[in-house]
Amino acid sequence: MPHDIEKHGHSLLPSDPELKVKALETALAKNGLIDPAALDEIIDTYQNKIGPKNGATIIAKAWLDQNFKNDLMTNTMPILEKFGFFGRQGEHIQIVENTPEVHNIVVCTLCSCYPWPLLGIPPTWYKSDAYRSRVVREPRKCLSEFGVTLPNNTKVRVWDSTAEIRYLVLPMLPKKYKDFDKEQLIELISRDAMIGAALIGNVT
Amino acid sequence: MGGRFGDGAIKPGSCEEKTFKERWHARVLAVTLATGSLRQWNLDMMRHARECLPPKEYAAFSYYEKWIAALADLLVGKGILSPDELLSPSSQMHQLSRRKLLIADVADVLSKGAPTSRSVNASPKFLVDQIVKTRRAENKFFYGGHTRLPKYVERCVGKIEICHGAHVFPDTHAHDLGERPEHLYTVSFLASELWQSPENPNDTVCVDIWESYMEPLNDQ
Repeated sequence: MPHDIEKHGHSLLPSDPELKVKALETALAKNGLIDPAALDEIIDTYQNKIGPKNGATIIAKAWLDQNFKNDLMTNTMPILEKFGFFGRQGEHIQIVENTPEVHNIVVCTLCSCYPWPLLGIPPTWYKSDAYRSRVVREPRKCLSEFGVTLPNNTKVRVWDSTAEIRYLVLPMLPKKYKDFDKEQLIELISRDAMIGAALIGNVT
Repeated sequence: MGGRFGDGAIKPGSCEEKTFKERWHARVLAVTLATGSLRQWNLDMMRHARECLPPKEYAAFSYYEKWIAALADLLVGKGILSPDELLSPSSQMHQLSRRKLLIADVADVLSKGAPTSRSVNASPKFLVDQIVKTRRAENKFFYGGHTRLPKYVERCVGKIEICHGAHVFPDTHAHDLGERPEHLYTVSFLASELWQSPENPNDTVCVDIWESYMEPLNDQ
């Protein structure tokens, strides 16, 4: 298939990926095109500052406060901005709610789109060919590989993030946790539950 | 790859899994984000560069290997670094170095993001609950070019669920042909429409689809 990029610069670089990135970083730094300290700062941000706790904070609040939940579902972006949960790969967030009738699960079959400001960098399984190729065709079988079995009368809805809309699942809170306070709820909400690959309290 | 067979079982990771499995994964992510500040390409061009890897390499490369290879291809393809400069870098300041992402600007750049919503005069062609049919999943503007209509939903009948307003159109944006924003919709497809043997015919897949990727069903 003809493409517009004819020159494959990457074939010039060492085949070992670690050396490849090192060579590229060196070339860019020597030409003044990157600042290695800025790279460290980016890594620190995603390693230590932005992660699933952001998403869990929102979900816990939505469970505890019906008014907040209503606002969140209808006026998502201004609310997330107030929390500071905005930025790269989270410019347009849509929250989808699990109910006894519908279970939502999120994927990006074309690449690995994911709501970074709410969940951080996606886990390896989310980026794997196996998940991306299979979850649209056999979501129930995939869910069973995560230890989740849904009743047959619960419809599965798979959200394939093909554009710049990013999806976050609002999981169901089992009755047994209804007296938990905010901090306890945040502990309970796993990253995978906010992708739709786990249920609350269903530790695999 | 949506709907492809043969990829085997999913290996769920523990939630304690490290953000980056290897140190070089983190470097690839960071160098990719940092070079975005040079403003020589956009996200759609970067995605297209990854898709342009020769199929054999695309299949063989790990996730972050695709990223680093695409970045090298863009740097050379756009003439930012010559093959020589890539291999034996000189210490000469590049003319784009004034755009280099500085440590002081990292937080700002990451928290600002790059919204793709745009205002347009045209009203949406489709309404919620309307039945639509997608066209072929190929770029109409650039032969062999980038598109965001997945193959597994091409020429399928679905229902409009959400209107998102107008967003930058990847098929042109990836090829320097402008943003050409058009209305974007979430469209639901019944599993029975997409697959010969669905697990449950009433399950659905929702896909975000630009207006020109589809037509109203009654026009077919």
